[in-house]
Amino acid sequence: MNAPVSPSAEIASDDAWTVAGRTFRSRLIVGTGKYKDYAQNAAAAEAAGAEMVTVALRRVNLSDPSQPMLADFVKPERFTYLPNTAGCFTGEEAVRTLRLAREAGGWDLVKLEVLSDAKTLYPDMEETLRALKMLVAEGFQVMVYCSDDPVYARKLEEAGAAAIMPLGSLIGSGLGILNPLTIRLIVEQAKVPVVVDAGVGTASDAAAAMELGCDAVLMNTAIAEAKDPIRMARAMKHAVIAGREAYLAGRMPRKLYADPSSPLAGLI
Amino acid sequence: MERVATMQLTINGEMRELSWAPDVAAMVAELGLDARKVAVERNLEIVPRSLYAATQLADGDRIEIVHFIGGG
Repeated sequence: MNAPVSPSAEIASDDAWTVAGRTFRSRLIVGTGKYKDYAQNAAAAEAAGAEMVTVALRRVNLSDPSQPMLADFVKPERFTYLPNTAGCFTGEEAVRTLRLAREAGGWDLVKLEVLSDAKTLYPDMEETLRALKMLVAEGFQVMVYCSDDPVYARKLEEAGAAAIMPLGSLIGSGLGILNPLTIRLIVEQAKVPVVVDAGVGTASDAAAAMELGCDAVLMNTAIAEAKDPIRMARAMKHAVIAGREAYLAGRMPRKLYADPSSPLAGLI
Repeated sequence: MERVATMQLTINGEMRELSWAPDVAAMVAELGLDARKVAVERNLEIVPRSLYAATQLADGDRIEIVHFIGGG
């Protein structure tokens, strides 16, 4: 008979991570875009066990100021809002957006992304680094969406990034982590948190990111565009915990040939 | 509020003609918005929330009013 699962199988309660002086127990950050409505969005964030959500900043709709507002569903008292610069293609646009976000929300923890083109949404790293320096000079705490280039990751850290957030694959592509080697190199050299941001398609991708030693995973489309977003949010929660536990447990070495699990002595 | 002949504001890219010159607090209220949930930029400069009532708008001002929405 199999033994019951012991309490130690639960993830250690002190396994928290800290970014810019804020400590989180959940290692799953979720986006708030692409959902059917804000109610589903809030339910998914709850099911994911998320403590931090990304949000976008846009013009208010002047013709209908009574339309539903994100903050009435995904409440900022419950979730740490991480304002992003999605849709910005220059450093100046990104800085302008985050100044407004800081005024709207009253906090300085932000996500910087400066994109290169609409087809790939690939980060423009030269422009991202320039924008980061402007934001750091203005006192922002900046989590930076970036390519999976270890050299740029180091430059971002040297420029004062609060977290390095390399893509697993293109935003919204769901292709998973295409280059685990470079993600691993980034994790090994970084002294600030590393968060895989973009590319996760399903639960095993999230587990893989955590097994590489990342501090957290950020995703949006993988949950929002699943057939059952709430169930996928729950799956992602478990995957992130599983991946983290596997990383801490330390995986067995890979071997070329078989190694029997049952003893050979006493064979009949 | 000071009476003026007419003034034009561009709010979120839309031209608006007003017969009076509001301050930022009055503009936000007139538009039916909750001042606690928005941020306002006037001619590319942030207007801190504490200064809404003290910031008088002028003819030709370009105003952006933004808030948080869902995004990844």
